[in-house]
This record gives sequence, structure tokens and C-alpha cells, in this order.
Amino acid sequence: MAARRIVIDPVTRIEGHLRIEVSIDTAGNIVEALSAGTQVRGIEIILRGRDPRDAWAFAQRICGVCTLVHGLASVRAVEDALGITVPENGELIRDLMAGAQLLQDHVIHFYHLQALDWVNPIHALAADPQAASRIAETIGYSETSMDHFGRAQARLKDLVESGQLGIFTNGWWNHPGYKLAPEVDLIALSHYLDALAWQREIGELLTIFGGKNPHPNVAVGGAPCAISVDGKLPGGADATAVSTTGLIRVRALIERMRDFVDGVYLPDLIAIGGGYKDWFGRGENVRNFLTYGDFAGSPAGNGFGVPRGAVLGRDLSEILAVDLQDPAQIQEYVAHSWYKYSRDTGLHPFEGETSLDYTGPKPPFAQLDADKTYSWVKAPRWRGHAMETGPLARLVMLHAAGDTAAKALTTETLARLDLPFEAIYSTFGRILARGIESKLLVDRMAGWHARLMANIGRGDLRTFNDAKWAPENWPRHSRGIGTIEGPRGALAHWVVIDDGVITNYQAVVPTTWNAGPKDERGQHGPYEAALMDGHRLEVPDQPLEVLRTIHSFDPCMACAAHVFDSDRRPVVEVKIR
Amino acid sequence: MESAETLGEVLGRRGFGRRSLLKFAIAMTSSLALPPALAPVMAANLAKAKRRSVIWLSFQECTGCLETLLRSSSPSIEALIFDFVSLDYQESLMAAAGADAERTLREAVAANKGEYLLAIDGSIPVKDGGVYSMTGGRSNLGMLSEIAADAKAVLAIGTCAAYGGIPKAYPNPTGAAGVEDLISGKPIVNIPGCPPVPEVLSGVLVHFISFGHLPELDDRKRPLAYFGTTIHDQCYRRPFYDQGKFAKSFDDEGARQGWCLFELGCKGPVTHNACASLKWNGGTSFPIESGHGCIGCSEPDFWDAGSFYTSLAGGSSAGWRNTGIALGVGVAGGLAAALSGRRKST
Repeated sequence: MAARRIVIDPVTRIEGHLRIEVSIDTAGNIVEALSAGTQVRGIEIILRGRDPRDAWAFAQRICGVCTLVHGLASVRAVEDALGITVPENGELIRDLMAGAQLLQDHVIHFYHLQALDWVNPIHALAADPQAASRIAETIGYSETSMDHFGRAQARLKDLVESGQLGIFTNGWWNHPGYKLAPEVDLIALSHYLDALAWQREIGELLTIFGGKNPHPNVAVGGAPCAISVDGKLPGGADATAVSTTGLIRVRALIERMRDFVDGVYLPDLIAIGGGYKDWFGRGENVRNFLTYGDFAGSPAGNGFGVPRGAVLGRDLSEILAVDLQDPAQIQEYVAHSWYKYSRDTGLHPFEGETSLDYTGPKPPFAQLDADKTYSWVKAPRWRGHAMETGPLARLVMLHAAGDTAAKALTTETLARLDLPFEAIYSTFGRILARGIESKLLVDRMAGWHARLMANIGRGDLRTFNDAKWAPENWPRHSRGIGTIEGPRGALAHWVVIDDGVITNYQAVVPTTWNAGPKDERGQHGPYEAALMDGHRLEVPDQPLEVLRTIHSFDPCMACAAHVFDSDRRPVVEVKIR
Repeated sequence: MESAETLGEVLGRRGFGRRSLLKFAIAMTSSLALPPALAPVMAANLAKAKRRSVIWLSFQECTGCLETLLRSSSPSIEALIFDFVSLDYQESLMAAAGADAERTLREAVAANKGEYLLAIDGSIPVKDGGVYSMTGGRSNLGMLSEIAADAKAVLAIGTCAAYGGIPKAYPNPTGAAGVEDLISGKPIVNIPGCPPVPEVLSGVLVHFISFGHLPELDDRKRPLAYFGTTIHDQCYRRPFYDQGKFAKSFDDEGARQGWCLFELGCKGPVTHNACASLKWNGGTSFPIESGHGCIGCSEPDFWDAGSFYTSLAGGSSAGWRNTGIALGVGVAGGLAAALSGRRKST
């Protein structure tokens, strides 16, 4: 039945290294899809034998895009193992950091990783900035001046006329799938540039608390950033970055985040989504959703208010309980992955085996085989089910839980697009969910900040609990789990500690859930299943439709594949020239 | 391929005229530790410069090094990628995908043969034929060899590309190596850090655009202007170190007063980088200012040098890099010795 095989490698505008292969019939319909992670580093193996207090710094380097969340999952796993309680200020600071990180990540994803699948910069050259300004006013952007759009167009024109298109080179700009009015293309392009400046500014919040961004610092036991509201250096300067000045800046940054979500991001979703309503009808196909819940139980209230749970078959009437300790619930399979297990079954992370077994073709190669092994990503399952995780799963869970704010915003947003609720089960629904949760989140952040300030006002400056900092105070054997809802979904780290060092470390991350290959029963993961849901390639050599759906998941491949054993052979050096 | 327009003309149209360019050059020469007299030269050269092709390859990486580039504030990321250089291949940002991405790479190499800057992030796994990191069905090593051959210079961005980084940490499961272990015969600059300070990266780029060659490097191929001193030497908490005032916990009274983090394991005394002077996110803060010690992330093999929380003076576990630096008066002398001979003799 398959007439052609289309290979997309590299899949660009993602984090890491992903290969997608699809088979299409003579009409261009995708009849089979294969998702392959093509890189591993072995960070969990590297973690063995190390001090658990150091683990976060290693784990955080799993990913520099969702930087922070792996660090937080790691310190929480260790805190869970050692029985450490974090002071409320420590949790609030973590929540503020996680909120800023998530929002920064979502905005970068929308504008810089994904927008070019929907927005055509070449078409934008033909736009009338005055007409763009009128459209912008109708939709309700915060900045609607003709000048704003004219400047963006001039910059684009410079680029095109220079003959050096840079990052826009060889885009599929003649593809008939680009359907927006040139003015909407221009509006979106202007925000591509605005968002570059915005994300840089938002990074300041992570730097105030974490010292740098990407890869801010965290610590087992709380937040390592001492609050110095009274601390002044001899010259009068603030003693630490978390000073009155810094905390006022944090409050202003929260406003900057909210302004961007309200005045730019949400309006863009309406303007762009309105041009692609057919994309609210395909691209969600496993019908099962998994969440671990919020930012891990801060006493200040959850990050998004998302509970932990599973929804099967889009049945919102029941949230099924998820237990990360239960060996029968979460298991990883390797039937189509480049690993081998000693037992012929799925394994729970606490007893996970990580034995490398590359059985793919020798590079350079042209094609992978979906009937054999084809990925460095394992296939995680919950009670045997493939599950989607991430913004869409969170929105589904909020609805199942009856969250009024989430329901109202979803209804209002879909009403503006004249779409029913079922439209969220789709490629663009997933994109919309990311924007909706950004709004839900940013509206809560000011509350966390107020709570932190109130504690400080009462003289409570505690951010860190050092009661169990010293290894002498640890049990000989312990194990723990740390979870967080990261930008891409449900993230958990499992750690086993013996005699003061890590003896096993496993991370099952959002992109593993979403991008994983088939399991031993032949069930597809969410990426593969989504591509096999009503996708027809209009121009097979320009598989724009594949990029649209894959990008809607916001792949983070360095997160997805990073486990395996070593045989410790020496490095071979090669010289060129 | 060269554009017809110069950087001066393009920037001029954005209202960034000669005076602004000179101001920018003054700031950049200062950041690059160049003589002030070079500022007008840099400004004039920049005004005449054409956008240079940059080809950026990503290997065993976490994309943190691209994210750090996005946070560049001087010059801004917008100016950097649209005005200063032509970013002709960068998988995280480029529109083209699949076969058209591969074609874009071939075309960029062909059009700028011998002239493009090759930026690398991530280490290169060389074990087992390179199956641990592949793009387009090819190993990273094959790609590096081919693309480096026609580059004008190679920028190893981040500790992974420079020295192997976290994938190379014990037991180095994938046989990860840094660029300089695999390539010879090309000018290479290492810009370590996990990730590097964005302005260090952009500073090196601006230097190259202005003068056509890399800035002065130290014996580890790092730009001397940014890596010539330790973080400790430039740290605002240094006076507390000299007074013997040390925080003992992350939120004790000393920590809140900004006392030195040496006893909490700070690696600032043995770490060469510009964090304490340039700081992060446009001068907002840097790790020590936000209360956590430096973890030494720009030093080779820092991942295997002992716990981040073990004091350089030693402690309950093995000292970092087993330096065993003693506290007190001896420290200054020891550090001075460690710093001597940094400058490249050429």
C-alpha cells in the first residue's frame, strides 16, 4: 500500500536529534510513521557512584532548553529519599523559577521553533503595514502601530535583499499549505523579533534566584539563594541578588510575562489558529493522557492546579489514580529500542535495566526499519497504555478535575475560533493548550511572589533546610522519586542511594512518553500515532504537515534518550588534515 | 556568497549610526581587553564588514549553548543573527528540515568555502562508529571532519565542544571527545562554560568580524580577555574571603550578608571565566551573587573533580581536583602560582 518513504532527518527547530520516517500511499496519505531518537549521552550511568547532592547539576544538563526542571526533579528525588522538608520560601522561589522557565520555554517554542510551520516570512514582504495595524486592533494586541509592523517588514526586506537569508534559507515558502493573509504573517513575524527580546528579559528572573540562565543553580534542601533584604555590603550594595531591588524586579518581570501573554501570545494564537481550522481536526490519536501534577506540591498552591492522574480514551468523567511507586503502573519497554533487557517484559524505573544494544544500520544509512529496532528512546507505558503528556494532557486533566478558570478560558478561546471543545484533541489544540496554560500560570505567579514577600515581611528569611545536609545524617539505604510538570509534560526522576552515593538513577521524561517507539505489542507512541491521524502530504518532498504535528509536541530529544551502559573502551582520536 | 551591503549601511537604516557604532566598539574593545585606541578601528572595520557566514553544528548537546546565545544582550541576539552574521545552518533555529536542511548545509559550505566560521556545540562520540549521535543517518565525526575542512576557524562553544563536557564524565559511556581532540590544522577557539557567558561568545564573534582573526588565546585556546583571571579574583565577595568571613550554610546569617562561599565548596578560586565581571543576563547576577558557589563549569573535566560542595581546602570527602589548598594566608600565594604562566607565550 505504501508508495513512498519520506525521511525527515534532521527534524530542525527542536531540541536535540530526531528522525521521522513516514510511508505514504499514492494519494500522499501517511500510512505508517516512525519516530527515532538518534542521540544518547548516558547521563544516568555517569551519575552512579556520585554524591546525591551533586546529582541535580548533572541531571539538569539532560536539557538546556527545559533547563531547571531536571534540576528540580533531581533535588526533589533526593529530598524524598532522605526525608528532607523544604521551607516554604524555598518552594516559592522554586515555583517562581519554574513558572518563569515554563513560560519562557513556551514562548520560545511558539515563535522560534514552531511559528515558521504556519507563518511565511516571504509572504509577509507583500503585507500592507497599515492593514496589519487594523487587523491587530481588531484582534486586540497591545502594540498595533503601523510603525511597529513597518519596522519588522523593513528588517525582513533587508535580509531577503541581501541574498543571505540565514535561518530562512530553503524554507518551503512556496508550499500551498501556508494560508495566512500576508498581514497576519507580518504581525507574527514582528512578534518573532519581539519575543527574542522578551525571552532575554524574562531570563533575569531565573538569574536573580539561580545565578544564571540557562542552567540556574538549585540545591538539595531548598533554594541556595540567601535573601538579603537587610544585607548591605560595606559600600552599600546589595549583599545577594535576592535583595529588595531583586525582589521588586521579579514582580516587574511577572508583569512583563503577563503583558506578553495577554497582549501578544494569546492574540497570535487566535490570529494564526483562525487561519488553520482544519488543523484542529487531526494530530491526536492515542486518546490517553498522563499528568504528575503541578510543581510538586508547594504549600502555596499548585503551579497550574493540575492534579496527578490518567485519563483513558478521552473519558473526562474519571481521573485514574497514578502511583509512581507501584511497579505495575509505569514500565519502560525496549522491543524497538537499541537496548536489551535480561527479562522479556517492561521494567519499572526502580528496577530499570540499561544495557546498550545498538542493532540499527551502520551509519551512514538511508532508512530505518519499523519492524526492527530504530530508536535510542525507550517506550514507557502506564498500565500498558501509551500516554500523551504535556500541555494538552494538563488541559484535559484540568477539565476532568472541573477547574473553573481553565474551563472558562478554554471555552472563551475556542468560542473566538468558533470551535467545539473536541477541537483541542488535535495538532493546533495542543498548541492552543500551551497558550491557555501560560495564561493560567502567569495569573497565579503574582500570588506566589506576594506570599514570599509576606513571609519576608514577617522576618521569615528561611530558604534552605540544612538538617540533613551532612551525609552522616542519612539512612544507609534510601530511595526517592521527584516529579514536576515541565514545559513538555510529566517528568520524574527515580534515585536509589546506598552508603552516601547514588547506586541507581532513572529519569522518565515527557519526550520519552511522547516520542517513544512502538512497544512489544506494536502500540505506537503519541508522535507516531498522531502522524497516522488524517495527515496527507500535499507536496511529499516538502513534508510540512509532519513538521506541524511533530513540532506541536515541542520535542526535547536530549531529554528523551540518555540511558545506557558502558564498556569503558578508550576514546579513538581522529585527525583531519 | 557576500551581501552587497555593509553592516554600517544596514545598521544605519535602523537608526544605529556611526556614533552608536563607535559607542558599541568602545564597549566591545573594553570587554575584549583591547587597547582603547582600537575602538575607532573596530568601528570603522565593522561599518565596512559584510555579514560573515556562520555554520553551527550541534552534536552531543543539551541545546543550552544555543539558549545562551539567545540571551545575548550586547549585541542583542536579534542584531547578532540578522545583522552581524549570516547564520546559514543552525538546526534549532533554521526553517529548512530534512533533505532541504542537508542541502542548505552543502550550499552554505560551497558558497563560503574557506571563509565561514564553524561553530560547534556538544561533544563528539567516537566509540562504536559514532552510533551514539547521528544526524541525517551520519555520525557526528563524519560531519565534523567534512565541514571543518573548509572552515576559516572553529569555535568550540561550551565545555562539551571544548573539552568533552558532561558526556565525557566518568565512565564516558559514548567515547565523547572535544573538538580540539579531533581536529588539527585549523584555528580553534574554546569558549567553555556550561553554558558559556553569552557576551563572551558574541565578543569573540564581533572580534572576528572586525579584525578577521580570533582574539588572543591562552594555552587552553580560550580568549585571554575573558579567561585570563579567575572568578575569585573578580568576585565582589573577595573582601570577605580576605577577612576570613565565610558562610557555613546556604541561608545562615553569613550567607545573607554576602560572605564568601569558599567553605560551601565554591570553585571560584580555580575557575577561569568572566562570570564575576560580565555577569549573566545583561549584568543581572552570577552564581555567587545568587548564593550558590561556582561549580567550576568552564574548567576541563570539572565533572570528575570531586563534589561541588567540598571545599577546595578539603573536607570529609576528597578535595576538588585534590588541590588541597589551605585556608588563610597561603591561599593567595597558591592561587597566584596557579595563575602564572596562563598567558600564551606566542
